[in-house]
Amino acid sequence: MEVSSHWRVRQQRYALVGEVCPSCEVKIFPPRDVCPECGDEAKTHFQFSGRGEVYSYTTLFDAPQGHEAQLPYTLALVKLEEGPLVTAQLTDVNGTKLEVGMPVEMVTRKLRSDGDRGMLVYGYKFRPRLQAA
Amino acid sequence: MMETPQINRMLKPDRGVGIVGYGAYIPRFRLPASEVSRVWRGGSGGVPIEEKAVAGLDEDVITMSVEAARNALARSGIHPGHIRAVWIGSESHPYSVKPSSTIVAEAIGATPHTLAADWEFACKAGTEAFQAAVGFVGSRMADYALAIGMDTAQGRPGDALEYTAGAGGAAFILGPEKQSLVAVEGSYSFATDTPDFWRRADEKYPEHGERFTGEPAYFRHITSAAQTLMESLDAKPSDYQFAVFHQPNTKFPQRVARDLGFSGEQIQAGLLVPRIGNVYAGSALVGLTAILDIANPGDRILLVSYGSGAGSDAMSLRVTEHLTSRREAAPSTESYIARRTEIDYATYARYRGKLTLQ
Repeated sequence: MEVSSHWRVRQQRYALVGEVCPSCEVKIFPPRDVCPECGDEAKTHFQFSGRGEVYSYTTLFDAPQGHEAQLPYTLALVKLEEGPLVTAQLTDVNGTKLEVGMPVEMVTRKLRSDGDRGMLVYGYKFRPRLQAA
Repeated sequence: MMETPQINRMLKPDRGVGIVGYGAYIPRFRLPASEVSRVWRGGSGGVPIEEKAVAGLDEDVITMSVEAARNALARSGIHPGHIRAVWIGSESHPYSVKPSSTIVAEAIGATPHTLAADWEFACKAGTEAFQAAVGFVGSRMADYALAIGMDTAQGRPGDALEYTAGAGGAAFILGPEKQSLVAVEGSYSFATDTPDFWRRADEKYPEHGERFTGEPAYFRHITSAAQTLMESLDAKPSDYQFAVFHQPNTKFPQRVARDLGFSGEQIQAGLLVPRIGNVYAGSALVGLTAILDIANPGDRILLVSYGSGAGSDAMSLRVTEHLTSRREAAPSTESYIARRTEIDYATYARYRGKLTLQ
């Protein structure tokens, strides 16, 4: 992937910054500037809470090129509290019994390294929810 | 050489400054020291700690700093856009050239009106960023500054450091004293050119001066810094409920505490090295977070870091009435320590990039 493509999506990828539709208040992720519900323009930034639950998951033992370093890893569809369904890796789950409906929270982790000389790519993953103190 | 003039040595800004938010991060993997001993010494001989924290395959100083900073923000209740400096002290910045701090600042929403920078001074890079943040806020250049000490420490396979070189650290948002959870009463820094430990540019593992790391290095710097600060404040060890020192192993902080006149009880809460290892630039600072998780209003805390090369930053802190209501806004340091998954040496070797793949 080009450096510019990583750069353009950095806020959504580091921190789950999406959009909210000013007309029907639907929360949008990933941001697409047009509301998928009512079709109105939707460019207002919205910071998602990062909380959600596992909708479905699968563990990969063979990965697309560039993602081999962290194998095996678990990919999930996560239903965010605010509505959208996002695809992301689950992390900190080795040894944990996974199940649909499990509460998870967003963390920013290393997604991959573009070789030894390329840039490091960071982004959202989800882990079993920690409790505050 | 001219004699040093007599001056008031304590560092204290005109405007009162304090910690308005703090947060820890410790990764979940643990390598028992007995595993290092099993692989390199046939399981014979003593070990300097019980186990150390190890970062996972998708963790580094940037990801760990992001989480600690988010915890600090949660406790502070301030909007990240008010943070005018994001400073990260570490020996393990993932890039040689490209700041960790811009990535962390972007991830927590502090960009673009912020002074982002990475700090370097062996194990005291974090307290150095803290000192500078006190000055930055104290001078009224800014209202809030974020200082982080975080490391995924390096130790050569088989070296004495491999038992202890751990991962973790802490983030602190400095702000006006009136809103603070912990007030900074004063600080002091002590530095000399003492080559006890170093890592040359582009080298993967550090070198150290064996026994030279003790007397002229760790003990002299910490003792001088602590004594000078306490003299300036007219304070004595018994005035403090807690003390926390840099923790390269279990023995050093215990001995320096005893030499200075602190009891085992005063350092107990912040002495995390037996359970997480030496987290370098985060060492004394993550110990401080464990203290703040249990301290009461009015309690005084003495913190003294140590960085090889060499220097110490000493800080005298006083807990305010705001701490107790805010600390539950983020996970406690103990909860990160309790979140523990033991790994063996082989898994550790993979996680820390010690295997040659091609």
